[in-house]
Amino acid sequence: MIEIFEILLSANFWAAALRIATPLIFGVIGALICERAGVLNLGIEGIFTAGAMAGWMAVWLGAGLWGGVLVAAFAGAFFGLIHAILTVPLGLSQHVSGIGVTLFATSLSYFIYRTALPDVSSPPRIEAFQPLDIPVLSELPFIGPALFQQTPLTFLALFLVLATAYLLYRTPLGLAIQAVGDNPSAVESQGLSVYAVRMGTVVAGSAVMALGGAFLTMSAFDAFFFGMVNGRGWICIALTVFASWRPGKALIGALLFGAFDAFQVRLQTEVGSFIPGQLFLMMPYILSIAALIFVARRADYPRALLVPYFRGQR
Amino acid sequence: MIRFEPRGPVSVSRMLAVSLAAAFAALVLAAIPMAFAGLSAFNAYSLMAKGAFGSLFAFTEMLTRATPLILTGLAAAVAFRAKLWNIGAEGQLYAGALAAVAVGTGAISAPAYLLIPMVALAGALAGGLVMLGPTLLKTRLGVDEVVTTLLLNFIILLFVQMMLEGPMQDPMGMGWPQSEPILDEAALPKLLDRMRIHWGLVVALAAALGVYFLLKRTVWGFEIRAVGENAAAARHAGIPVTATFVRVGLLSGALAGLAGVGEVAGLKGYLTADLSPGFGYSGIVVAMLAGLSPIGVVFAALFIASIFVGADSMSRATGVSNYLADLIVAMALLCVLVSGLFLRFKVRFIGAPSTREIAK
Repeated sequence: MIEIFEILLSANFWAAALRIATPLIFGVIGALICERAGVLNLGIEGIFTAGAMAGWMAVWLGAGLWGGVLVAAFAGAFFGLIHAILTVPLGLSQHVSGIGVTLFATSLSYFIYRTALPDVSSPPRIEAFQPLDIPVLSELPFIGPALFQQTPLTFLALFLVLATAYLLYRTPLGLAIQAVGDNPSAVESQGLSVYAVRMGTVVAGSAVMALGGAFLTMSAFDAFFFGMVNGRGWICIALTVFASWRPGKALIGALLFGAFDAFQVRLQTEVGSFIPGQLFLMMPYILSIAALIFVARRADYPRALLVPYFRGQR
Repeated sequence: MIRFEPRGPVSVSRMLAVSLAAAFAALVLAAIPMAFAGLSAFNAYSLMAKGAFGSLFAFTEMLTRATPLILTGLAAAVAFRAKLWNIGAEGQLYAGALAAVAVGTGAISAPAYLLIPMVALAGALAGGLVMLGPTLLKTRLGVDEVVTTLLLNFIILLFVQMMLEGPMQDPMGMGWPQSEPILDEAALPKLLDRMRIHWGLVVALAAALGVYFLLKRTVWGFEIRAVGENAAAARHAGIPVTATFVRVGLLSGALAGLAGVGEVAGLKGYLTADLSPGFGYSGIVVAMLAGLSPIGVVFAALFIASIFVGADSMSRATGVSNYLADLIVAMALLCVLVSGLFLRFKVRFIGAPSTREIAK
């Protein structure tokens, strides 16, 4: 028991929780805005991979870190556009298209990486983002190291949560996005194009998802590995339901998740010899399923989620 | 301006044309990444064709690779028919393989004619039970099965790793995370001397025929199709929708589990955590390319298997990464999705109204 309190009271632990939560925040925010517009984006797992690879490779080729972030966002937007074209004007199955985009983005990323670097035994490294040193805030006792010694992408993720909440609830565009996810024919009668709103939202949401991947190769690590996304995209899809499609709850969900993950890693070093490591590694996936079951009964899905819209048809 | 007009019933020849067009389109599109890697499409495809069909050995290797793809393709096809989105064939395959190893490595000793069916049954049961969870969560609580089956893939793979480093590790395996070898009596016999092709292929073909008859000729098959077309209407018509989902889930998981049995008992002889190079995910592509038809699954699996085996051989000859195969397979899925539009709709290109019409 003492050990557990020691873990919870260390600033180091809370810093790790926020760090682990960062890619999930990008992912959940991206998935959430796509779904708010009525489009489930199962391309997320592949878009994470594409963002991780493209961002890393841009930096490796000399683009600079923020250049890499931009390239990652464009890579995400590209795959998002494919998903948007297939599911919005063509009205094809969002499930199958999403899986297709994931397979396509993943295999294309791996193929490009292997073609550019045919025979390297250890993945080449880049100068990754370093934790910011914010005057005053970073030096606060406990709170400083716990919250304010993060890399810039973590602060970008937190900013995106606020920006998304503002966009959804306080702007006409946000209302339009919510409306095309709930009642698209009403939007059309207002003279707005359902296609344009949905496609734009999916492309933008996918760009945000890709930043989660970019965080992995440019902040959390400094290289690209095969299989490094490891289901994080699917976890984000589960967290989106858990968050009831609300940016604030998405942040809380991702932070809870990060805290739990950071906690189990530390617990593992305490009791590691008794319990196989794989049991700990399983926890994020089990927790995601548990979160889905927990909210299943009262999940308030956007009403037009998964429903294609065809002009002039009700 | 493009308009889609619904079409009537779909003929088999049109379905075939759509699948062939999609496969062809994927092969044409693959020329772009090939050019990027400095490889001419003609050169690449002739190397790939040689690698998959160039000799008896190449051909049997292709059939060996197609065996699990037929089974995971059937698993996806039968589930998607009922609109039960089982994306967890990868995990169910590993569950089947784990059960096959648990039964077949000496826990039970019996003559081959008893042990082989027992191993297969254990694998099918394990795969089916894994899919039962997400199915019940869907029918009872409305939990989306796509996410649960996807997440289960990771959980099961970790569980397999845990077993292979723990209770099921081969004590003679020099510390490698692998299971004990299965008994000779539990191994599926080879079909040809000195080749790796095994009886799993016959089982897979029989399963395709079985699923075909189930869907076409039985009440359960009718119920599956009815639920897939419109679950609410099926419920209204008195079809037991929940029971149908459960049956489909069990069957789909069992088919994927059998794929794992075949890989262990027919091919590798023991279980490692890298048994499947994504057969579960490729099975989804196989099913979609086949238009969810069980017989079509066999041909789609042969196509996908020749891409994989051909690309391996092309990769050895040219040094170009064999991730090219995964890329072609992924593009085939996107292409078949788009070409499916031509199946359900007539696509009309309508010009903007002419000035004369407006003047009227």
